[in-house]
Amino acid sequence: MTLMTDHIVSAFDADLKELGDKLAEMGGLCEKLVAESVGALLKRDSPLARRVIEWDRSIDRLQHEIEERAILTIAKRAPVAIDLREVVAALRIANDLERIGDLAKNIAKRVIALDGQFQPPKLAHGVEHISDLTLGQLKEVLDAYTQRDEARAMDVWRRDGEIDSLYTSLFRELLTYMMEDPRNIGFCAHLLFCAKNVERIGDHATNIAETIYYLVNGEPLLDDRPKSDTTSSTKIEYQG
Amino acid sequence: MDATAALTTPSATGAASADAVANPKIVAKNVNVHYGEKHALKDVSVDIAERAVTAFIGPSGCGKSTFLRCINRMNDTISICRVTGRITIDEQDIYDPSLDVVQLRARVGMVFQKPNPFPKSIYENVAYGPRIHGFARSKAELDEIVEDSLRKASLWNEVKDRLDDSGTGLSGGQQQRLCIARAIAVSPEIILMDEPCSALDPIATAKIEELIDELRQNFTIVIVTHSMQQAARVSQRTAFFHLGVLVEGGPTERIFTSPNDRRTQDYITGRFG
Repeated sequence: MTLMTDHIVSAFDADLKELGDKLAEMGGLCEKLVAESVGALLKRDSPLARRVIEWDRSIDRLQHEIEERAILTIAKRAPVAIDLREVVAALRIANDLERIGDLAKNIAKRVIALDGQFQPPKLAHGVEHISDLTLGQLKEVLDAYTQRDEARAMDVWRRDGEIDSLYTSLFRELLTYMMEDPRNIGFCAHLLFCAKNVERIGDHATNIAETIYYLVNGEPLLDDRPKSDTTSSTKIEYQG
Repeated sequence: MDATAALTTPSATGAASADAVANPKIVAKNVNVHYGEKHALKDVSVDIAERAVTAFIGPSGCGKSTFLRCINRMNDTISICRVTGRITIDEQDIYDPSLDVVQLRARVGMVFQKPNPFPKSIYENVAYGPRIHGFARSKAELDEIVEDSLRKASLWNEVKDRLDDSGTGLSGGQQQRLCIARAIAVSPEIILMDEPCSALDPIATAKIEELIDELRQNFTIVIVTHSMQQAARVSQRTAFFHLGVLVEGGPTERIFTSPNDRRTQDYITGRFG
C-alpha cells in the first residue's frame, strides 16, 4: 500500500483528492444500482426498475466530471509516476463503473419488459445467487481501490472464475426450463440476459482489480485472467 | 545517506542489469568529487549511451552539474576540486595524465545555461574553433564548416544574410543556437548542455529541444535540466542525482512512469526539491 506525502503545490493534492472522492461517490452509486436492479428483478418491482434507470444518469454525469477533472489535471500539472498512474487509473475505473451502471440499467429495462408476463416462481433464484457474489466482488474491489490494496484486488481478480462457473450452470438450468415448457421461454430469455449482465459486471470488477495492480506496481498485470465461462462453447441437445 | 548502500539497492543494481546500456560512449566508475572538505559527488557509476540524449535531473546542489563538468575535465580549472575514480570515453581514460585536455575538449563540446557568444561576428563565433584547431585549409572550406554548423544548429536561414553582424545582437534563443553551432563546428563526439534553455522563452526552448532531437543522430548528448518535462521530452535515458549520489538511472519512460526509488518518485512528482 502506497501512502504518499503531500505535494509542494497543495492544489495538486486537492485535484487528486477530488478525483478520488468523485470516484468513491460513483462506486457507491454503482453498488446501489446493481443491488436495486437485481432487487427489482426478484420482486418484479417495475417502479423500482424505473428509478434505477433514472439513477444511471447520475453515474454518467459523474463519469463526465471525472473525465474532465482528469484531463484538466493532466493539462495543468503534467503528472508523472504515481500521480500519472492515479489519474489514468481514475479514468479507467470511471469507464468500468459507467459500463456497470449501463448493465444494471439494462436489467432494470428487462424488469419493465417482463411486467405482466407469465412468470414462473423460483426461476430467479440462480440469478440472485450470482448477483450476491458479483456485488460482493464489486464492493471488495472498490474497497481495495480506496485502500490502494493490491493484494485484496488480486483476490477479487482470482475469484471471478466462480462467477463464470455459476453463470455457465445457470445457462444450462435456464435452457432446461425453456425446453420443459415453451411458456418459460420469454421469461427465461430475459433472465439469461440479466445473468449475462451480472457476469459482465463481474468482468468489470476484475478490470478494476487489474487497474489497481497497475496503479500500485507501475506495470500492467500480464497474466491471463482465470476464465470459467464456457457457455460460448456449450452444445445444446434437444430431446424431443 | 550512505553512497555505497545507494548503489547496491535493488534499483541501482537493476539499473545496471535490466537497464544496461548496449553501446556506452562514456563509462564512469566510482567517481568521487571533493571541493575542499565538501564531498560533492559520491561513488557515481553510470554508462552513457552513444548517439542518444541522457538527462541529469535533481535538486540544486545535487551534483549533476559537477558530474557533467567531470566529463570534459572542466573541474580541472578549480584548484580545490579533486576528482577520483575513472571516466572513459570509447574506453579511453580521460583522466590519463598523458591525455591532451585541449584535444579532449574538442571531442567534448559544452553549451552553458546563459548563451555566451564571443563579442565578434556570427561568422567568427563559429569559425574560431575550426580555425585554431586547423580543421580548414582554405577560406572556402571554413565557409563550408560555418554554413554546415549553422544549418545543423537550425540557425542558418535566420542569419545567412547577416553573418558579419555581431553574435551578441541576436535574440537569446538565437544566441544559444549560435553557441550550439560553435560547439558543433569542431566536430565533437559528445555535447554537454548545462541547463541550455533556462534563460529562454517557450518558443526558443521548443526550437532548442527540436534541435537536440536532430543532433542525437550524430552526437552523444548529456543535458542537465531543472525542467522535469524537458528531461521527459528530449531524453532517452534519465539519471536522478540527490545529495551527491546517483540515486537511479534508466530509460526515461520508466523513470517518469514508474521509478524504482522513492526519492526519485518524490522529486519528479514535486514532493520535495
